[in-house]
Order: sequence, then C-alpha cells, then structure tokens
Amino acid sequence: MKIAVVIKQVPDTETKIVIGSDRRSVDESSITWIVNPYDEFAMEEALKIRESKGSGEVVVVTAGPARAASALRTCLAMGADRAIHLNDATLDGADGFTVASALASALKDLAPDLILAGQYAVGTDNKQVGVMLAELLDMPHVSVVTKLSLDANKVTAHREIEGAHEVTETALPCVITAQKGLNEPRYASLKGIMAAKKKPIEEKGAGAPAGGIGMAAGAARVTLESLELPPPKQAGKVFKDDMETAVREVVRLLHEEAKVI
Amino acid sequence: MSGILVFAEQREHKIKKPALEAVALGRKLAERAGGTVSVLLVGGAVAGLESDLARYGADVVQAVSDPRLSLYVPEAYARALELAIKSTDADLVLIPATAMGKDLAPRVAARLKTGLASDCTYVEKHEAGWRFRRPVYSGKAIATVAIAGSRPAMATLRPNVFQLPAAPVAGKGELKALQVAFEDKDFRCRTVSVHADQGAELDVAEASIVVSGGRAMKGPENFSYIRDLAKALGGAVGASRAAVDAGWIDHQHQVGQTGKVVSPNLYVACGISGAIQHLAGMSSSKVIVVINKDADAPLFKIADYGIVGDLYQVIPMMVQEINRLKS
Repeated sequence: MKIAVVIKQVPDTETKIVIGSDRRSVDESSITWIVNPYDEFAMEEALKIRESKGSGEVVVVTAGPARAASALRTCLAMGADRAIHLNDATLDGADGFTVASALASALKDLAPDLILAGQYAVGTDNKQVGVMLAELLDMPHVSVVTKLSLDANKVTAHREIEGAHEVTETALPCVITAQKGLNEPRYASLKGIMAAKKKPIEEKGAGAPAGGIGMAAGAARVTLESLELPPPKQAGKVFKDDMETAVREVVRLLHEEAKVI
Repeated sequence: MSGILVFAEQREHKIKKPALEAVALGRKLAERAGGTVSVLLVGGAVAGLESDLARYGADVVQAVSDPRLSLYVPEAYARALELAIKSTDADLVLIPATAMGKDLAPRVAARLKTGLASDCTYVEKHEAGWRFRRPVYSGKAIATVAIAGSRPAMATLRPNVFQLPAAPVAGKGELKALQVAFEDKDFRCRTVSVHADQGAELDVAEASIVVSGGRAMKGPENFSYIRDLAKALGGAVGASRAAVDAGWIDHQHQVGQTGKVVSPNLYVACGISGAIQHLAGMSSSKVIVVINKDADAPLFKIADYGIVGDLYQVIPMMVQEINRLKS
C-alpha cells in the first residue's frame, strides 16, 4: 500500500506575527518553522497503517520554498520512506486552488492508495487544499477525521462536526484530513533522525512554467491585497480585593453595559 | 441579472443559525449591488423550511429533496451546489463556515476552478469582483483578499460574526424544486450515522457564550465549576490547550490556534493565563471576562472585565448572582 502524506511547513503556533514592510507579508526573520501540527497527525496515521499492514510505503510531499526541506526531514525522521519537494517559493503564499493544483499533478504521478493531510495548515488557515486535492484527483474525501479504520478497500472514518461526529464510509483511494484526537504523533528517535539523513528527497520544479510550478493552474484566483494586525483592544475594568463586590459589579456590567446576559 | 447564492445548511429539518446569517448578509449585499438572493436547501425532505429563509431575505429557495441526502453526502451535496450555481448564474456564493460548509466549499470551488475565501468576517462588492476580510494566523492578523478574475467568487462566512438583523428585509421565498441528475460516484462517500458527543450539546464554535477553563483547573473534576457557570449563562464549555493536553477534557472543547477559533458575544476565561496560542482563538470575542488569581496574567490586557481572584471562590458567587439576576 502506498500512502502519500501532504504536509506544510508553518510558523510555530507561539510565533508573534510581525507584518512585513510591504504590508502584504509576514516578517519571517524571527519565525521558528515547524511541521503543521495537524500534518503530524496525518504522518502518524500513515506510519501506523504501514506498521499494521507490515508493508507499504509512506511518501511525504510538500509544496514550498527551500526551507520546507527541513520539515520533510522531520517527517522522514518520524519514519516516512521518502519525500517529494515541490521546491517553489511562490507556492507558500499562493491560494488554495493553486497549491492544490501543483500538489495534484505530483500526486497523480505517484498514484497513492491513500492520501493523508492535516485538516488545515495553521497560518493561512484556508482549510481548502486537502479537499481540493480529492476533487482534482477525482477521489472521495473525508475531512476533519478523529478516527480512521481500513478493512481491505473499505474506509470508515469519524468526522468531527458541531457537538457530534459523523460516521462516514468510503473506499480507497481517497483523501483523509486529520484532526487532533486521531492519534498521538510520535517523536523522531535518534536512530530515525540519523536514518532520515540518508533518505531521498526528490525535488520537482525543473521544467515548471515561468513564474513557478503554481502557474500551471493559471493566474491566482484569490489575490492578497493587504495584511494587517487586528486593532488593539481598549483596557477594561479590573476588580480585585472584595470578591463579593467584584462579582456583583461584573454581572451588573455584563447585563446593563455590555448587554450580553 | 446575476445574483447571490447562499448554501443554507439544515440538519434534522432545522436551518442552522450561521445559514440564516449568510442569507441576511446576502440580502444586505443585494440591496447595494442589485440582483436576487437565491438559497440552496439540500436534505431528505426540505419543504417547509423556506419561510425561515424568506424572512431573512431569500427571493428564491432552490430545494433538493432526496431520501439519500438526509445525512451529509459530500459529493452529492457538491453536485447540487454546482448545479444551483450554474442555474442561477451566481456571481457570489456564500456558505456558512460550519463543519459542513468548510467541507463542501473547497470541493465545489475546485470543480469550478474558481476562487474561495475562507472564514470571512467582511464582504463587499469590489470593481470586477468581490473583496473579503478574513483572519489569518488564527486571528493574529487580518488579510484583505479579492476574487475578481474567476467567477463565481466563493466565500465561507465565520459563524456569529454577521449578526442577524432585528428587522430583516424579507424576500419572496419562492420555493423551486431543483432536479439534480446524481451519478453513482456522488455517493461513493456518505455519512452512515451521526452521534452526539457526551457533554458537548453546545459546541464552542456555535455558542454565543463560551466559558473556558485552563491550567488552574488542576484536574478533570474541577471542570464542574466551568460547567456550572456555562449552564447558568446558557453557554458552551471551552478549554485551553494546557487543560486538553493534560487530558482533563476532550479536545473538541479546545479554543486556540490548534483548537477552535471562536467569536462569541461573551467569552469567560477562568484560570487561563493567555498564551498567544489561546489569544489567537478567542481575541475576536465581543466581550471578554477574565477570572485569574494572577494579576499579571497576559489575558487581563484584552479583558473588558477582569476579576483578580480565586476562581473556586469567584465562580460559585457568579453562578449565584446570575441566577438571582434571571429570577
């Protein structure tokens, strides 16, 4: 069984966002880059499936600039067999359709039985690429999955919705996007880290149209006009010492001033 | 004349509130830009729901009723939406950013090879197309994006942001059956059952009031304090990543960058210091109350109302005071 795991390198979730001087990008100088947290669940699930079957191949795929290779190394250290890097800086901030189109063409050649991805990449927060991949590859998909089981070709997935979960059935090949709760991602062992150094990362990007791999899908559908920080909040009223008065006042203010209760 | 199409999510024969918000926004935009507001309704048997949609501004309700569609079927719903977009020649498609909407929208956008703006908090007409504002980095920044080169422009709308008007402009609400020629492959993935989660009757992403507990809860048993306050306020129970990672409460209660991003009318944070991760998930709440022993907790900086005190003392008093107010 061949499993493709689609990942993205993203800023650490504790990163303080500083807007770049062009007012359209984020200043990357103080960013620590990590594997998108949801993609770690996808990676872990792929490794678990390979282990339970006793055979198979896990191929980790990303679209992004040169620095994204370190995220692929992390996944190789976790246990992926090999990696494919669509090495193209223009794909990092591209819209969902452009990224999905670039990934779809690489995945078409790979022809995996199962594609796993995080339910979304933190940062751009688009929540589009996984499902779009399924459409572009003419596969079914289940998104935001917290439990997955495979029985031959049959796939049963629990999908998180508001206050409930849906039990969904489909068949391979398909796209599954992972939600927190699916599993506990493993840490790379020292042995894994050493082994990862020898595992191949195949670079794609040669022969791409002018302007980058993403240009194959045509012009961007969604264009970024500007990026700004949210307006700062006014200082509020803080009470201390006499708890009884504090509680009474806050409840009164919520009722009379803020009118939310 | 082209117009605006809204996907109105219904579950168990009830229109979801974010769908009404989307219809009301569609009406508001149509009042300015012109054109009609069409609404797509998909389910097992959806007749009878059109009056709710008309009240908030639907001119035409395109209904797709099929017993196979009583639960969510991603590609069949996508087929219906694709057809509705084509038959109404929609220029703008609005979809609530609910679990269903977020699953459906990218499928259809990819099929139509058009632009999709996710989780929008603002929509306006813009020269040749439409302009949107949407939080990125979980609300740590706001992006302004435009969809002008591809048609229709598609957007999912963050729930609880577009308020329902007190005096909505009604539409005609004309009910039209939309005949969809489904293919077998539209059913290759389907929902077989839906199970309510224990203790999550009200989801944090949907609730207009959220009460969250953090590291100071010290263990799962103390979340009863949070539940008591949530119950008194009629709100949902949330949690910080620290509380979820400690295993005190299920991850679907988690508010923050790797949990849910919420924008309720009232957010009460109890014993949460306010890591940047958590701030990202709740800072767009309309009113924020912070209860924390530590006067230096960063969350006090964004509190509208703060109480520096022990939550185990403050919460029971607050429950009592709220119940007194209600009686």
